[in-house]
Amino acid sequence: MAGIGGAETTGKKVGWGVLNTVVVIYALIPVLWIASLSFKSPATLADGNFIPREWSLENYKNIFATSEFTRALINSIGIAIIATVIAVVFGTMAAYAIARLDFPGKNLLVGVSLLIAMFPQVSLVSPLFEIERGLGLFDTWPGLILPYITFALPLAIYTLSAFFREIPWELEKAAKMDGATPGQAFRRVIAPLAAPGVFTTAILVFIFCWNDFLFAISLTSTEQSRTVPVALSFFTGSSQFEDPAGRSRRQPWSSRSRSSSSCCSSSAGSSPA
Amino acid sequence: MSHATAEKADTAAKPVAHKKKVALSEGKRAERKLGWLLCAPAAITMLAVTGWPILYSILLSMQRFDLKFPDRTEWIWFDNYVTVLSSPYWWDAVWVTVLLTVFTVAIELVLGMALALIMHRALVGRGIVRTTSLIPYGIVTVVAAFSWRFAWTPGTGYLAEALGGDPVLTEKIPALLVVGLAEIWKTTPFMALLLMAGLALVPDDLLKAAAMDGASAWQRFIKITVPIMKPAILVALLFRTLDAFRIFDNLFVLTAGSQGTSSVSMLTYNNLIKGLNLGIGSTMSVLIFLMVALIAFIFIKLFGTAAPGSNDGGKR
Amino acid sequence: MAEIVLDKVTKRYPDGALAVQEVDLEIADGEFVILVGPSGCGKSTTLNMIAGLEDITDGELRIGGQRVNERAPKDRDIAMVFQSYALYPHMTVKENMAFPLRLAKVDNATVERKVQEAADILDLTQHLDRKPSNLSGGQRQRVAMGRAIVRSPKAFLMDEPLSNLDAKLRVQMRTSVSRLQKQLGTTTVYVTHDQTEAMTLGDRVVVMRGGVVQQIGAPQFLYDQPANLFVAGFIGSPSMNFMPATLENGSLRSVLGDVTLTDRVRQLVEAAEGPREVIMGIRPEHFEDASLVEATALASGGKFTSQVDVLESMGSDKYAYFNLTGEQAASADLQELAADVGSDDVPGEGISLVTRLSSASGAVEGASADIWFDADKVQVFDPSTGRNLTYTER
Repeated sequence: MAGIGGAETTGKKVGWGVLNTVVVIYALIPVLWIASLSFKSPATLADGNFIPREWSLENYKNIFATSEFTRALINSIGIAIIATVIAVVFGTMAAYAIARLDFPGKNLLVGVSLLIAMFPQVSLVSPLFEIERGLGLFDTWPGLILPYITFALPLAIYTLSAFFREIPWELEKAAKMDGATPGQAFRRVIAPLAAPGVFTTAILVFIFCWNDFLFAISLTSTEQSRTVPVALSFFTGSSQFEDPAGRSRRQPWSSRSRSSSSCCSSSAGSSPA
Repeated sequence: MSHATAEKADTAAKPVAHKKKVALSEGKRAERKLGWLLCAPAAITMLAVTGWPILYSILLSMQRFDLKFPDRTEWIWFDNYVTVLSSPYWWDAVWVTVLLTVFTVAIELVLGMALALIMHRALVGRGIVRTTSLIPYGIVTVVAAFSWRFAWTPGTGYLAEALGGDPVLTEKIPALLVVGLAEIWKTTPFMALLLMAGLALVPDDLLKAAAMDGASAWQRFIKITVPIMKPAILVALLFRTLDAFRIFDNLFVLTAGSQGTSSVSMLTYNNLIKGLNLGIGSTMSVLIFLMVALIAFIFIKLFGTAAPGSNDGGKR
Repeated sequence: MAEIVLDKVTKRYPDGALAVQEVDLEIADGEFVILVGPSGCGKSTTLNMIAGLEDITDGELRIGGQRVNERAPKDRDIAMVFQSYALYPHMTVKENMAFPLRLAKVDNATVERKVQEAADILDLTQHLDRKPSNLSGGQRQRVAMGRAIVRSPKAFLMDEPLSNLDAKLRVQMRTSVSRLQKQLGTTTVYVTHDQTEAMTLGDRVVVMRGGVVQQIGAPQFLYDQPANLFVAGFIGSPSMNFMPATLENGSLRSVLGDVTLTDRVRQLVEAAEGPREVIMGIRPEHFEDASLVEATALASGGKFTSQVDVLESMGSDKYAYFNLTGEQAASADLQELAADVGSDDVPGEGISLVTRLSSASGAVEGASADIWFDADKVQVFDPSTGRNLTYTER
């Protein structure tokens, strides 16, 4: 895979090494920075140094000391796992049909899911907000799981159908000739081959659900179903004028959360700005 | 499949010729039925969560509907649209969104292409490059946004210090630059991934032939690689453009839309969730939907039908 | 083991396309039958119908005397070797070969023994624990064969099992397939598009074209007595030479001059009552350098003189190519054959003639040569129907 006419000279290797370093630095700097912040003690938090002068685990102790973060973590993991499982199961069924069967409406389905993949999610926030309030789904797990499944499905269908197309389906025939029932052919030959694709898709879908912020901040109002990204955004205060350092910010956040649990609509109304 | 065979066996056993034709089309029908059955859960979920809300959104957008004043709800047809379209805040948000989209996607394309080439061709350490370059893509946007915010906050951040300690996030243009930077950092790997799939489709022999024909590395890239990759580039551009147009997380954390840095999504969110004005919020939702549809339409018209090819979703 | 009978088996696709039309074929127990024909002739569809992978639209398929039209592949007790080998990539060689036995719930000791036996026969013993991706093409092919033989099925079906191998290995595997079949004595149906495989492997060959069986017979019989132009052109390499000719009072006039037919040929042609304008066919080996032919034989054949276009010496004999001026023989059969080998759009004027001469021949490239051909071996075809007017059941 060397470049055209590319003898693997030391010069070239050094060149690539430099390029690689640039890429690695580019990718890692912001991540290392936030990691470094997390290890700083409250006193040195604001020193602006890239490498902590004083290492401390205090921030980690604090974050697990109350239920705010752990609860959000449970919400995030639970919601993401349930949404992933459902989306992957539905997606696998649909992707199999798309890759293997011939039926009218197939292209329509592909088109619709493409549209949903491109859909401006914020357009759904207002009706979903109102509908979920009406159905009692607002600020519940299912209230987030449903939109997650919907927006993860296009991703799952595309990834999986690409995988399914790559599977040598002649093996299914071969298994039948070897005496397998259709069920056995699926379980012992096709399923082991499809597993890596399903697994990859599950990871992608999970990351998508885990990462979502818009739905999570719009369709939740209390600890009951708030996910990690939302909890984080409240944790540190919503504007840069608030001191992002230390535990002082815990106070405004918890008071806000208390007021919001009492009245869901005013919670969202209590603008942090 | 077994179902279909069993059916066929039944009818084929009767020695009547035309019956067998029916059996065959029944096999076909069974395949269709299976196809629909398998797709039904996915299709129903997607339609239920998007179909009715879209209609409902359109209905809401034609009403005065403010949860702070629920008594004054009434049907006002297009008055909300007039209100939104004559509001300077809306147009400001539209321009901010368009500018952010155009600049970030253009820069991402260049950087993403470079990154894709590095990942595709690296002689040494390819594994490391591929793995690390996926970190920005995999990290939760909100977390990454905080990293940037702290970095730019005077007194705490290394970047702010480096630039002399001016509070960049409190002025419109610098703040937008920072948002753009965060957005580019986060999504360039995604662009690179899509482009790399296209790069893999360029046959090595073709590049060797071009080299034999006397093309320089740059000419090979421009005249061979890029034209062959065109479909992949278009898909990547389309997805990133639509994705960038919905920018929300980064803005929310970095500026919360202050100093006139609201994007359309941000503005809609503020009206809807903070202002609880469902009527105005829905109007904005419908307008955003129309704009996104227009962008997709322009892409597909401009670049032909090659655009919606294989992809792995436009999600971050 | 069992005989396989196809009784007017037909395959019609839902869109109305007729893939296989009323195939009648009786395959005896232990027989090795080859289905051969150009791509799209319906040979693979026929094989898939025997396998049960495709439904039979019409007609009846019997294996071992029982109608099996409605049986699933697994209940037919036949094994199949695929062109791509279809080895399960996530299983080792051993697991691949044991798979059919495991499905049949055979006990472990028997599985172990049978896999070992098959591996011995196919020389795979040292590869048993490897994955298919680590094997060479020939080894994969042998694993595919092994998977077919482990459970001693009633019949083997093979779908172009050698076409993914390179030329040399293919010849080698051809003989081992043949030996294996003789050794096991299992009824085998083998599909190929390669006429050499068809000639060398089978007890009987079925030539198909457009879903219709053209001729069934032993390889040598098909070679000597092709039923029509298509079979004549398809079987044999290099293929038979064809040229337009006119029948006149027991002699044939063509670009090779006039030749008086032997009594045998003349009687056959007369009995067949064909047209006067015909297509004449002669196989390359029925030509000879005129100077090497005895005088008596010389008189009973035709003779022409022309410039040698290309001369290829094979050591054992020489191939002399001629380019004769004249109209090419025109018929639907020949066009289809040309299209199959991809030579239909190769520009060529006149008639190209391939002759196989003795290595003692003094023919020289570029120089003129006197060539004799055997009048008794001339075949005469009806251009419109393609029927062989000199065909005889003998």
